[in-house]
Amino acid sequence: MAELSVKHLLGIKYLNENDIQLIFETADHFKEVINRSIKKVPSLRDITIANIFFENSTRTKLSFELAEKRLSADVINFSAAQSSVKKGETLIDTVNNILSMKVDMVVMRHPNPGAGIFLSKHVKASIVNAGDGAHEHPTQALLDSYSIREKLGDVAGKNVVIVGDILHSRVALSNIFALKLQGANVKVCGPKTLLPKHIESLGVTVETDLRKALNWCDVANMLRIQNERLDISYFPTTREYTQQFGVNKKLLNSLDKEIVIMHPGPINRGVEITSDVADSKQSIILNQVENGVAIRMAVIYLLASKIK
Amino acid sequence: MSQKVLLSEKEINIILHRLACQLLENHLDFKDTVLIGIQPRGIFVAERLTKILKEEYGVKEIKLGFLDITFYRDDFRRGDKTLEATKTKIDFLIEDKKVVLIDDVLYTGRSIRSALTAIQSFGRPSEIELLALIDRRFSRHLPIQPNYRGRQVDAINNEKVKVLWKENDGEDVIYLINK
Repeated sequence: MAELSVKHLLGIKYLNENDIQLIFETADHFKEVINRSIKKVPSLRDITIANIFFENSTRTKLSFELAEKRLSADVINFSAAQSSVKKGETLIDTVNNILSMKVDMVVMRHPNPGAGIFLSKHVKASIVNAGDGAHEHPTQALLDSYSIREKLGDVAGKNVVIVGDILHSRVALSNIFALKLQGANVKVCGPKTLLPKHIESLGVTVETDLRKALNWCDVANMLRIQNERLDISYFPTTREYTQQFGVNKKLLNSLDKEIVIMHPGPINRGVEITSDVADSKQSIILNQVENGVAIRMAVIYLLASKIK
Repeated sequence: MSQKVLLSEKEINIILHRLACQLLENHLDFKDTVLIGIQPRGIFVAERLTKILKEEYGVKEIKLGFLDITFYRDDFRRGDKTLEATKTKIDFLIEDKKVVLIDDVLYTGRSIRSALTAIQSFGRPSEIELLALIDRRFSRHLPIQPNYRGRQVDAINNEKVKVLWKENDGEDVIYLINK
């Protein structure tokens, strides 16, 4: 029988193609479960999971918590704002204190890239990375690919463009790894200042003309401009960004084909995507959110089954 | 490892017909009854019985579903391997229905215990019955007995009952395998 090749989910970079397929097949079953009238299974009733968030999050945190509860795990939540981290405690001390309360798995979001990897080397619990700085956000990439697979039947051979702030985006990096692993063609599109140098070395192509990119693709994943991460001005004004890299209905209607629109949320309506696009039938944004719970249930179930 | 034939194709066929008749006796038109095959191997028994009831006994409509019990099992993390799920397909309501759980081999009873928990996620049935093609006597871990049994077998613990089906394995036969 199949099992994951890893003990932790630190990034897509550490997974292989079989892992991704196993996660998707398991998520199929959980998607059926969460559409029942009783949306809960008892599998993880003897597992305790700590959600440790050193950075703000609503959707990811809710999605993880819901996934854990639907697997019947015991859940404790911790956010850095109300904690001893403020009093100078180190990351390892904080987590070890939590683990001494007999916690089996840690879901962590942290502003520093590599925080999950660092932690996995120093503590005994199974670690799930829920976003580490501008590095990776593996469950988001998994649910994005899963949503593409659900909508288009397969990810292999599809053309996917990721639009926006590629430089600061963990969603972009994890998506690139995941899509390439499954044999999709990936293009990144955005202002030159927000495209990392040498990004081609990851096997993606670069385009700065949004219309060309959209005409090429089957799926466009629109990223949010993360103003909180922009330390300097990367483009003159938000208005100018919207004119060049925002998607509106008129632009979509002028393309040769109907493309699928995705967005990891939260949406800045009227900036990277207009409301009529976000709410159109081409958009699978809310499917992504629903699939997020199924994917996280699959990841947690598969990792938990390796805890002895 | 040695194996002997426990039941041949002909014997299996006779037993399936008897089980179909017994179900018919208790449920008549199957209006308020649903058949649930337990994944992965109970579904073949359930499909065969449905076919016989429809084609040979003229039952017009039978609600047939498949239930995966993986997430309800009591041995999660107890073995070396990840428990892999199969598909659940129950596209009808079981509220107030008579449910017949169907499996190929009844051994420790733990799968049936899981199935009894799992089925509750789909509503509150008016009653639940159990049909097992092979009932391994003296090996139960839980107080569970079938309402309909195909053949009772005395098998010891290092023996295994293997049920093969034409549609899945190329032939209809049941082996008793000595490991």
